[in-house]
Amino acid sequence: MTSQTPLVKTPASVRKIGFLDFGIRLSAVILAFVFTSLILLLVKADPLEAYKSIIVGAFGSTIKFTSVVASWVPLVIATSGLLFTFTAGLWNIGMEGQIVFGSIFAVGAFRLLDETGMDPTLVIILVFIAGALGGILWALLPGLMKIYGGVNEIFGGLGLNFVAKTVAIWLIFGPWKRPGVASGSGTEWIDVKFRLANLPGTNLSLTILIIALIIAVLTAIMLKGTHFGLKLKAIGKNDKAAYLLGIPTTRYFLLAFGMCGLFAGIAGAILVTSKQYSLIPDAGFGYGFLGLLVAMLVNYHPIWSSVVAIFFAALSIGNTQLQYMGLNTYFAGVLQGILVLFVVLVDGLRKRLVRRR
Amino acid sequence: MDIAILTTLAGVVEYAVPVLFASIGENITEKAGLTNLSVNGTIILASMGGFVVALNTNSILLGFIVGALIGAAIAAIVAFSSITLKQSQVAIGFILALLCRDLGYFLGAPYTNKPGIFLSKVPIPGLSEIPIVVPIFFIHSLVVYASYIFIIVAFIFMYKTRPGLMLQGIGERPTAAFARGANVKALRYFYTILGGALVGLAGPMYSLAVKIGWAGQLSGLDGVGWIALAITIFGGWNPLKVAFGAYLFGGLQQLGITLQSSTNIPIQILQAAPFPLMIFTLLLVNVGRAEWVERELAAMPEKPRKVLSKILRALRTSPPASLGIPFENE
Repeated sequence: MTSQTPLVKTPASVRKIGFLDFGIRLSAVILAFVFTSLILLLVKADPLEAYKSIIVGAFGSTIKFTSVVASWVPLVIATSGLLFTFTAGLWNIGMEGQIVFGSIFAVGAFRLLDETGMDPTLVIILVFIAGALGGILWALLPGLMKIYGGVNEIFGGLGLNFVAKTVAIWLIFGPWKRPGVASGSGTEWIDVKFRLANLPGTNLSLTILIIALIIAVLTAIMLKGTHFGLKLKAIGKNDKAAYLLGIPTTRYFLLAFGMCGLFAGIAGAILVTSKQYSLIPDAGFGYGFLGLLVAMLVNYHPIWSSVVAIFFAALSIGNTQLQYMGLNTYFAGVLQGILVLFVVLVDGLRKRLVRRR
Repeated sequence: MDIAILTTLAGVVEYAVPVLFASIGENITEKAGLTNLSVNGTIILASMGGFVVALNTNSILLGFIVGALIGAAIAAIVAFSSITLKQSQVAIGFILALLCRDLGYFLGAPYTNKPGIFLSKVPIPGLSEIPIVVPIFFIHSLVVYASYIFIIVAFIFMYKTRPGLMLQGIGERPTAAFARGANVKALRYFYTILGGALVGLAGPMYSLAVKIGWAGQLSGLDGVGWIALAITIFGGWNPLKVAFGAYLFGGLQQLGITLQSSTNIPIQILQAAPFPLMIFTLLLVNVGRAEWVERELAAMPEKPRKVLSKILRALRTSPPASLGIPFENE
């Protein structure tokens, strides 16, 4: 058993979203767009034009649309991982750092295997395993600190996010610096033969899409249809009761963190092999934080989170178009945050009305 | 004493001030039984808002007022969601932490690196005879002097006054406080918003006094709020100890600046240095409660056990008993 502080009690109920629920959520989304439009008016931008340019930026061409899918991949993987910890009632805020550590291990594996003359496919597989190990390692730390050190996983994870970023920067400027001069733009690029090739005329590698689909389906099955998922859910609802009923809570807490870290590490390896081809200071690209928002937005529902992740990915990609309107690209974060805020508030209002009745 | 050392120590005192206000503000909120996790975003948004308003109105006072209002408004959302709607405090706080940070960067973009106005340093008159103490503590801007008063007022209020004891009551045993006639929900609203306003003040304290100006994400404020939350825990929810934690953090930041000019360690590494320390201190103050520690201690011979458990007990801090638990008047 762990010393639970009430702060970490989450409403981690994975439940069905009915029609009424859906309608209420939709109205929250509309409210969020109205509110966001007011913010756009505040900076003297035309909201309709802004939304239009986001849509064009996300779906205007094959390249753009496949970029959205390529960005959906790490997001849906991150969200899937977080569903395990959320189901167990844990706030794995350290997701971002876990993706960074996956990237660090992946790049490290490349550096080890680069010159061995090994078959590139085998190298890539080993790199993914290394990335997964990095993610698991970094995810178990807040779990162990929570269980054996009494440190709330929110603060453990947050601190570890910053530490992971520091390690990445240290590597970039120190041991792994480019020949010649160290640069904040990252380490040396990996050899072309190790990169996951995009489908012709697109920005998307088929391999990563398949990995993401497998992970999304696997997560839904594991959480909804296995004993493992049920036990996690029992712990999430009431860990003390679950312990008394014979579920080894400590082991399951660590398993949830481990699953999350596994997926985080895979996401990190994907970002290295298909997007960045190197280690950069912001190696997590914010996918860990975004994954938390997606999971909260859909009330921790596996299938819906895959759908909403597409929407969030489209916002992040289409958002870059706003630069042509003189707006900065933090707009996506603003809109995403407001969406989740309104959904949580409107959901709370609904529950309050139900309670009153 | 060497001028350089004096300047460094004066810098520690100055850098601690915004964190000090944010941590004690959060301390007040948590004493009332709520956790406002939005601190990191609040500080960034308030820092931007305070700077922009001061720049446009040419009034530093208005800048500070707007910073406090921004903090109060965000805290009001947290309070409404947690107290009235009974939604997860962690969720709403975390969402606002991310949202307000991005909102600050988004709205503040046109004002990046604009020259603005700021509080100048005012030496306290009449004290100029005393060496060492004066240059460290009494040649500062007004916010630093305000912080000295604030620490003492917060401490006395919390532990020596009737409303302060009531504040502790609603965070420790709200049902008992309610039975004695306290309007627990209203008080929780009040202290959450008050705490939020104090957190908000930390924003303009940066942009108008300590780290003058607004430079978007390069202002280096991302992360400070999380440290402030950790300091509240480290300080055991006692304003005096929390203030000590803030000075410790100010010291680390100042050390980073000093090291940066004398060595070639990248600035990002120095900026992140407080975070491993934060994890370490949280381990120190929490580990005494872990079950395995108690088991190990019980198995130890008499003497080292007594010493160790004394140390652990001295380090250990406990949150207000009802922190994070919603209250129902029934």
